[in-house]
Amino acid sequence: MQARQRDSLLVASLKDSLGAAVITFALAVVMVGLRVDVASGRGAELFLENRWLAVAVAVVVVFAGRFAMNIFFWKRDDPPSLNFSGLLPEGGIGERSSKAIKYGLLVLAVVLPFALMFWLGARGSRQYIDLAILVLTYVMLGWGLNIVVGLAGLLDLGYVAFYAVGAYSYALLAHYFGLSFWLCLPLAGILAAFWGIILGFPVLRLRGDYLAIVTLAFGEIIRVVLLNWYEFTGGPNGLSGIPRPSFFGLEFTRGEGGFANFFGLDYSSIHRIIFLYYLIFALALFTNFVTMRLRRMPIGRAWEALREDEIACRALGINTTTTKLTAFALGAMFAGFAGSFFATRQGFISPESFTFLESAIILAIVVLGGLGSQIGVVIAAIVMIGGFELFREFDQYRMLVFGMIMVVIMVWKPRGLISSRTPSVALSKNVKGISADLVQEGRG
Amino acid sequence: MNTWDNNPVLKVEHLTMRFGGLTAINDLSFNVGRGDITALIGPNGAGKTTVFNCITGFYKPTEGRLVMNRSSDEKHLLERMSDFKITADAKVARTFQNIRLFGGMTILENLMVAQHNRLMIASNWTIGGLLGLGGYRKSNLDAIETARYWLERIELIDRADAPAADLSYGDQRRLEIARAMCTGPELLCLDEPAAGLNPKESLELNNLLQYIRKEHDTSVVLIEHDMSVVMEISDHVVVLDYGVKISDGTPEFVKNDPHVIAAYLGVEDGEVELVEEEVGL
Amino acid sequence: MDYFLQQLINGVTLGSIYGLIAIGYTMVYGIIGMINFAHGDIFMVGSFIALILIVALGITAATPVLLLILALALVLVVAMALTAVWGWTVERIAYRPLRGSFRLAPLITAIGASIALQNFVQVSQGAKNKPLQPLFSGGFQLTDGGADGSGIVVNLSYIQILIVVTTVILMGSFTYLINNTNLGRSQRACEQDRKMASLLGVNVDRTISLTFVMGASLASVAGLMFLLYYGVIDFYIGFLAGVKAFTAAVLGGIGSLPGAMLGGLLIGLIETFWSGYFSVEYKDVAAFSILAIVLIFMPEGLLGQPEVEKV
Ligand SMILES: Nc1ncnc2c1ncn2[C@@H]1O[C@H](COP(=O)(O)OP(=O)(O)OP(=O)(O)O)[C@@H](O)[C@H]1O
Ligand SMILES: [Mg+2]
Repeated sequence: MQARQRDSLLVASLKDSLGAAVITFALAVVMVGLRVDVASGRGAELFLENRWLAVAVAVVVVFAGRFAMNIFFWKRDDPPSLNFSGLLPEGGIGERSSKAIKYGLLVLAVVLPFALMFWLGARGSRQYIDLAILVLTYVMLGWGLNIVVGLAGLLDLGYVAFYAVGAYSYALLAHYFGLSFWLCLPLAGILAAFWGIILGFPVLRLRGDYLAIVTLAFGEIIRVVLLNWYEFTGGPNGLSGIPRPSFFGLEFTRGEGGFANFFGLDYSSIHRIIFLYYLIFALALFTNFVTMRLRRMPIGRAWEALREDEIACRALGINTTTTKLTAFALGAMFAGFAGSFFATRQGFISPESFTFLESAIILAIVVLGGLGSQIGVVIAAIVMIGGFELFREFDQYRMLVFGMIMVVIMVWKPRGLISSRTPSVALSKNVKGISADLVQEGRG
Repeated sequence: MNTWDNNPVLKVEHLTMRFGGLTAINDLSFNVGRGDITALIGPNGAGKTTVFNCITGFYKPTEGRLVMNRSSDEKHLLERMSDFKITADAKVARTFQNIRLFGGMTILENLMVAQHNRLMIASNWTIGGLLGLGGYRKSNLDAIETARYWLERIELIDRADAPAADLSYGDQRRLEIARAMCTGPELLCLDEPAAGLNPKESLELNNLLQYIRKEHDTSVVLIEHDMSVVMEISDHVVVLDYGVKISDGTPEFVKNDPHVIAAYLGVEDGEVELVEEEVGL
Repeated sequence: MDYFLQQLINGVTLGSIYGLIAIGYTMVYGIIGMINFAHGDIFMVGSFIALILIVALGITAATPVLLLILALALVLVVAMALTAVWGWTVERIAYRPLRGSFRLAPLITAIGASIALQNFVQVSQGAKNKPLQPLFSGGFQLTDGGADGSGIVVNLSYIQILIVVTTVILMGSFTYLINNTNLGRSQRACEQDRKMASLLGVNVDRTISLTFVMGASLASVAGLMFLLYYGVIDFYIGFLAGVKAFTAAVLGGIGSLPGAMLGGLLIGLIETFWSGYFSVEYKDVAAFSILAIVLIFMPEGLLGQPEVEKV
């Protein structure tokens, strides 16, 4: 009985694949095989449709796929060395190529609208510039959240609340006081930072998952309040008619005094889109610039030290409360900027744009990109948001695939795409990045 | 008269610390002399680390007073201050029994973080530094110089840009001491700095502590199990057992105190001589 | 007073449902220290499976009572088994490969799994609400509202009795299981120290899998109860119910089974009383605020053990 005889390759593979097929059957038999629907007409009767074929296909596909994998890779003693991780260098993308990617992306971002206009014309490029604006918005949000999660190691699942505060600040200030976008932009940032401090203060003692869940709760509270405070926020209908930004006082309108008229161009709605593109590009760059600078300053180092070991920080005389609050407030401020940009771009906002899903997506971008890595955020935002929007035709399946991709990427690279940390100060000229295995993720 | 009664840098008065029903420290009083190396010794679980945690504000003492006399004649009541203020204002720095370095940051960065408060002021709480105003640049360079100075002292200058987690155990211990020194302390509390060091490293540590005491006007309190280290470098020894002070004096005095021998051998006071005879002392 | 009594009955019923879901959170958190974000969606899948089985078996209010009870028991058992497979699969795919790695990674995969499950159900079952005609009607009338009709009629419906009784029975048997069997012992060993447990011959992977399986099957019971009580479900019910059940788990003291039940009851009561006496719109705000307050001021919960931080 001691040494159980090993099954032959074939039998072992068959057993394993059969198990997988049975599980697939159990998963699919009710949830895929039957669909419950409401009969139209009187009485709202429920009835079932069946899709046994789909179940059969799923079972067969899983069985065959698993069997093939078993036979050729998993159960073999000498699996053929088909190492996918070889496609990406060990420890993520190296120092040198990461720099190349950085400048490549920067140049691309600068010329993008004109290149698109050149190739696709004003009408054809609009869709893509819109997409680029969306990606950049998420890049900015990702960078903002990176301060909180990536640098300070504070897990925030309610980040979208500050995005909402920014958006509603602008919308309401414009609505009630007629303030312009350019005045509201800093105000929205300040208000969001203020909320960051108010919400941050009570939760600073919490660690890890608890912090995450409380921030989630705060995010939802803000959303529910926005949803139910009809008189002030318009409730579920939201606020519309939010004024558009002007270009140094020039409105993007047709005719006398407009942007096109002033510069002697033919009026085209694409002007405003391009302007919005550069606006969010500048805001995102500003976020990045400030973050990168702060990283090399005492406050930035204190954030990272906090992520590494909070107790040691306190023993070094660092006021961890204010340090955490500044991280919270700064992250919130950038979300506030992004929020007021969002409001002015859409011209309409409602609580629906600020659900937990948004927070989850932003956090996923930060973690998938590699905590603390600015360029990682950009890559992750392009992959996630860009990819997501490109599959617009498969509307139904989009979110399903999105969720699955989140799982797959994390399982494949738990530390994110770019996982090495660059030291903030160095004595020697060429320093190596620090491998992610050494870097702590923070318990706060 | 000895320094610790004459010119104490820290006075611990009637310190008591309870955790629920457990009294980890019971009515403990002792002084730490300015410029002395004071050793706090005692068997495992005697409450030594707890004393440190009370001094550095990580635990709030149940009872008692902790008075820090700065060389500027300022007095600080440590039991009323929060942990980070004790380092920042009362100038007490510490290391930990289980090393707490910022493992994912470089060695240089570790030492830069320790100079946080000074640099924050120099950068006008970040705003000036962000805008490139004021003397932040210079202060930053000064801070790097300070770090370099300590790295040379602990002989880690060549590895300044390596992550701290990559260091060997002995190097990590010394780095933690250097990091504590970068906060500019007047009192340095070291929790078992020689634990796990080999004899050569242990010797280097002794030299480092002597140097710190001499060149930096820093008084040192250290927890130590190795008696030979204690006897060699300390000026003053305080012995704890079950949270109670059982002896206090010069190394010679403590070495010959029957209470101490009893505590270490784990017998009643009266039986000491008996046991000593048995083992042939 | 009558109104109060009615709210109390409703609150206890709702609380039983939350408690059943909360057990899944508490067990998983206890054993691997992660918030299983997808647990709320497992509950939702469970309620869909139950609904489909009910329709497939042709159970309606017209079914004779004895047969109805038997059929529902069958639905319960099958739904528990099938939902358990879902719970097992989520753990196997999204969490097990990340065991012992970076702490944020399983949180992200959990959120990913939650999004995937929600949208899978939306795709496979459609986005519309699924209303189920009530299967039981009637109950006990506790007060008749007074002779002049000035009071309120207080009802204790059969469905409420069914929910509370089922919950109590299941709670009892699971507590027994965990306190008195090998599985429970392995679970507690893994909670204390996973590495040590595995060195001592506990099959850690299997123990964790079984924890997910148990959590998921209890969630499916909650799903069936939710369906019977409210009579309508959609693919989105998992999120809110999940957050509230997690609140319950924390309130009761995470890691503690009786705590989860107690927390569930309290959250159910608070929510019903809040809706009954203050405002229905803000009932979720009440739940979220309680979550925040509890975590901030008493993170160890009512029956949990405080976490000491040694320096
Ligand atoms: N936070 C705490 N909560 C409860 N008990 C504690 C706490 N900290 C310390 N203790 C208890 O206080 C007693 C003294 O512990 P302490 O760590 O101070 O001993 P020590 O002298 O440093 O021992 P060692 O030489 O092993 O480091 C021990 O019984 C310990 O369990
Ligand atoms: Mg100790």
